[in-house]
Amino acid sequence: MLKNRIIPCLDVKNGRVVKGINFVELKDAGDPVEQAKIYSDGGADEICFLDITASNENRETIIDIVRKTAKECFVPLTVGGGVRTIQNITDLLLAGADKVSINTAAVKDVSFVKEASKKFGSQCIVVAIDAKKVSDNKWEVFTHGGRNKTGIDAVEFAKQVETNGAGEILLTSMDRDGTKSGYDVELLKVITDKTNIPVIASGGVGTLDHLYDGIVKGGASAVLAASIFHYGEHKIKDAKEYLNSKNVSVRL
Amino acid sequence: MNVTIVDYQSGNISSVINSFTEVAKGKVNLEVTSDIKKIKSSDKIVLPGQGSFKSCVDSLNSINGLVETLKEFAITNKKPLLGICVGLQMFADVGYEEAETEGLGWIPGKVSRIDNQKGKFKLPHIGWNEIEIQKESKIFKDIKNKSHMYFVHSFEFIPEDPSVISATTDYSSKIVCAVERDNLFGTQFHPEKSDKIGLKVIDNFLKL
Repeated sequence: MLKNRIIPCLDVKNGRVVKGINFVELKDAGDPVEQAKIYSDGGADEICFLDITASNENRETIIDIVRKTAKECFVPLTVGGGVRTIQNITDLLLAGADKVSINTAAVKDVSFVKEASKKFGSQCIVVAIDAKKVSDNKWEVFTHGGRNKTGIDAVEFAKQVETNGAGEILLTSMDRDGTKSGYDVELLKVITDKTNIPVIASGGVGTLDHLYDGIVKGGASAVLAASIFHYGEHKIKDAKEYLNSKNVSVRL
Repeated sequence: MNVTIVDYQSGNISSVINSFTEVAKGKVNLEVTSDIKKIKSSDKIVLPGQGSFKSCVDSLNSINGLVETLKEFAITNKKPLLGICVGLQMFADVGYEEAETEGLGWIPGKVSRIDNQKGKFKLPHIGWNEIEIQKESKIFKDIKNKSHMYFVHSFEFIPEDPSVISATTDYSSKIVCAVERDNLFGTQFHPEKSDKIGLKVIDNFLKL
């Protein structure tokens, strides 16, 4: 049976982890490579780096981090943030990323998803959708961390990226992101029902129960979380044991 | 020992290189190349494959003499070869991804889209799934039945002769996820991305 994945996400800014795990044994709490290794050793099913570096000139920094991490972590590695061109994808994959996540560039022109999946295969193309609720049962795609409204219906867009060859959708609720109040389960449910590719739930996890809700109520194939795994609040292992105790199948 | 990872521009093979490098450290001389001479002189070959069946077959064919060399190595000379993902799928006679495409024809069978029961099962099949070992296999030495391996694929290899199947995994039906026939090995899952247990599969292959 296919297991539900738990994916810790590390936000990386100018080569440093923002809000990292604050373990005493860490030599350097800001080192993304060391943090990724801890997650991987702790049973993470996949690791996600989100490069939130504002400037475009620093691409080499994230590539270097990916290169070092890929030599130490032998679980899938997804990298997102600032992926705008085929060359960006090539560089990340060559450095050792297994998947790249495309956000703004997909919203600007969905044919970029098609081009990328044709060139590299759907298996490594994740489209990250940032959605905000605009009225009852209606969500809209936003870009730039939720600042820019696009007028695009999130459900329609999800179907569109699937048609264009995306292998997975990383769905973040901008209403919930950073609130620790749980995933937007309604949004998840509608997108997982309307698409046939795996959906990774993101945005809002504050408790282990929220992970359960994302999988069981929202239908997500994987759950991504950042802050609950930071500062050692919960270990990956705790999350898996908790889910397992509630009959959600995970890789133990 | 010389082990060659065949680099035929089949997409992203960085992870295969990283994992084999990790396991081979100090034990095995690892080459990543499409150089026919080097392939001929190696002791073992790893044939990775990402992207579609058609794109991988096309890339193999685009390198002059590569297909013949691989055939001589694995079929005529019966030296160990491990195919990973589409690398395994290409052992078949034919694949149906993108367009009907002739495979290497080493193990009779076909590669078709997984029957996902009208959307009941999402495709690609992405994530960790348990393998059910069907027969003793050299690359599964010290690997427990129901170990978790990492998968990412939408197509499955269906061999004509079920005796080549060394493991299956459950996803809408029993999907063939490993084959072994004499010196020929293949995994549909990615040992290079399957954590310590995957590295063990690689180690087993390198130790053959």
